[in-house]
Amino acid sequence: MRTLVLGIGNILWADEGFGVRAVEAFHARYETGPDVTVLDGGTQGLYLVQFVEACDRLLVFDAIDYGLEPGTLRIMRDADVPRFMGAKKMSLHQTGFQEVLAAADLLGRYPSRLALIGCQPQDLEDWGGPLTAPVAAAIEPGLSVAAQILAEWGVDFRPRGAEARERLLAHDLDHRHYERRPRGAEEETRP
Amino acid sequence: MGIQTPNGFNLDNSGKRIVVDPVTRIEGHLRVEVNVDKNNVIRNAVSTGTMWRGIEVILKGRDPRDAWAFTQRICGVCTGTHALTSVRAVENALGITIPENANSIRNMMQLALQVHDHLVHFYHLHALDWVDVVSALSADPKATSALAQSISDWPLSSPGYFKDLQIRLKKFVESGQLGPFKNGYWGHAAYKLPPEANLMAVAHYLEALDFQKEIVKVQTIFGGKNPHPNWLVGGVPCAINVDGTGAVGAINMERLNLVTSIIEQSIEFVEKVYVPDVLAIGSFYKDWLYGGGLSGKNVMGYGDIPEHANDYSAANLGLPRGVILNGNLKEIFPVDHTDPEQIQEFVTHSWYKYPDESKGLHPWDGITEPNYKLGPAAKGTPTNIQELDEAGKYSWIKAPRWRGNAVEVGPLARYIVGYAQGKPEFKEPTDEFLKKLGVPVTALFSTLGRTAARALEAQWAVRKMEHFQNKLIANIKAGDTATANVDKWKPEAWPKEAKGVGFTEAPRGALAHWIKVKDGKIENYQCVVPTTWNGSPRDPKGNIGAFEASLMDTPLADPQKPLEILRTIHSFDPCLACSTHVMSEDGQEMTKVTVR
Repeated sequence: MRTLVLGIGNILWADEGFGVRAVEAFHARYETGPDVTVLDGGTQGLYLVQFVEACDRLLVFDAIDYGLEPGTLRIMRDADVPRFMGAKKMSLHQTGFQEVLAAADLLGRYPSRLALIGCQPQDLEDWGGPLTAPVAAAIEPGLSVAAQILAEWGVDFRPRGAEARERLLAHDLDHRHYERRPRGAEEETRP
Repeated sequence: MGIQTPNGFNLDNSGKRIVVDPVTRIEGHLRVEVNVDKNNVIRNAVSTGTMWRGIEVILKGRDPRDAWAFTQRICGVCTGTHALTSVRAVENALGITIPENANSIRNMMQLALQVHDHLVHFYHLHALDWVDVVSALSADPKATSALAQSISDWPLSSPGYFKDLQIRLKKFVESGQLGPFKNGYWGHAAYKLPPEANLMAVAHYLEALDFQKEIVKVQTIFGGKNPHPNWLVGGVPCAINVDGTGAVGAINMERLNLVTSIIEQSIEFVEKVYVPDVLAIGSFYKDWLYGGGLSGKNVMGYGDIPEHANDYSAANLGLPRGVILNGNLKEIFPVDHTDPEQIQEFVTHSWYKYPDESKGLHPWDGITEPNYKLGPAAKGTPTNIQELDEAGKYSWIKAPRWRGNAVEVGPLARYIVGYAQGKPEFKEPTDEFLKKLGVPVTALFSTLGRTAARALEAQWAVRKMEHFQNKLIANIKAGDTATANVDKWKPEAWPKEAKGVGFTEAPRGALAHWIKVKDGKIENYQCVVPTTWNGSPRDPKGNIGAFEASLMDTPLADPQKPLEILRTIHSFDPCLACSTHVMSEDGQEMTKVTVR
């Protein structure tokens, strides 16, 4: 049984980065067995189909507009996942994740278990900005929910004994370094 | 009222206005508005899109050696191409050279991305503009098999294969979950393929979906991971150790053999499936040669795929470099990215502010200051536009121009420049393709011409991958295993101030990054991307951009279902890095067509 723990979204658009930041935090916190892939899917859209079709169990972190209080988590399971991701357009020419799932289905390889940990964003317009406080605060409870679901599925994972040898995101794109600059820096660059 | 644009189009916005928003199956948000005359022929075209707000905001003050990783995140499609463009810009600024092996590996990664993108674009984003999925359900599997076998010796072509596939498709459609096939104008009069050709194309749609994952492995092998492979200023991040077994990261013989096998499979798929399909589909649309737009007038290629490392002159580049103006194929103008008079971006009709908007700015001096206001004749409100006023500002896309000229970029532009240069690797396959269809060379200047050029380029690219793989292996066998030059890795070795430019040919056209470095940090960073060229709004002189030009004079069979508009816009493989993708949880995003 293969498991994919996937984060999707664009880190350059503030809270749009929730999914990627959550999976990055998951990777920093937990080590996983050989049958588990932890993936920063970015905005790869249809190109993610090969990862999706290769797994039996799929856990996705993503920012989704539910019209709730910013930072609110909503968990979807199994058949509700494609239903609630239908309108969410990702990259690769606006392929929704629903279409990625449909493509995996068409290929005859659809995960048997699905879970979506969605977070209500506050700000999607702040180009280059950090996660807003309520969304950043949702990562920790998001990880708890993920751990619960994965445990329920019997997935092989455990807290890391030592720091990971490689971070999921590097080259100054990791969460801490990406956001290290004061907010004023953006203003300074504007002519 | 009629207006003649300086680039030779007669615009008339007096007829019915049709608004298509959004244009689906593209990257980002694009809206098109056209006016049609009483015969439903397009007489005025306006395209407007979202665009990111300038990467300089995010990159300023960061380490130039990390810029590639940030630019990779601009867009989900051209990730590697942006990364390559970025490392080239930094190397150009800091005077860093790369080893020959790094050049071969980079070329293979870039070509793999090209092939991958072209294939996915054709089958998964564009084919449905020509192929009616629902019609495939009524195809005769036996006749489909006969058709498939008449165009190619690809083995998956038995009547049983097509029968099984038809059953699967039927189940899928009947389940109501159309998935990738939703939002289609199925049954539209502009679809011309017989059911059998439709079924064959749907089969190949699925095969391509399955096959594309093989090509990506090239990125994983050389870039260490995928998505978001690693790149390196000064070379490539993978070491070569041919005797190594299973060592993490290092390229050994086993991995090189895997690359060879992927290239062989890619050649087979492109030559036995992709190119024959485009030819077969094209044969039913020979009389639909609309959509040429700027392609018969002004086209530009920056060139790419250097044969030898560190030489970016036109003679050393596999993909052609140069500009053609006014359809004069006898004269090819050289491009200089550093000349402030050549490439300039205008914002007269874009939602940005310049101190003097009658002038364009060279990217080294680029400014990205938003200024969102609608023209006086726009209808609706700023948050709910019903109709744009193209006489005012109307797009988030800037208008780049080459010496003041609007130009088309992309596979067709590259093939036209290569054809005009008389390069046999571009001219011969093009002539052969045209001959098989029985159409003149002018047929290239069309929507279908763009689609055909993309397929031919995929074929060129897989063969070129083979070439660089052989070159890499020969070089390694000769004892050269260098993949990176770290002489100037440390900022102490850099000049106090420097500026540079890096360019590539992204799948959808000419791409360049301009960088300024000061005290070891990024001072300014500007990208001008292919869709900025093609999707640009009008400029101060009134020249229309490539998307707009391509829609002119196209008849619509049914203005309520503007399939022809989608077909032509998709032929550019547009990519507008998106502002934001999150939609409401239940809001199905359908293309809304409004006729006024």
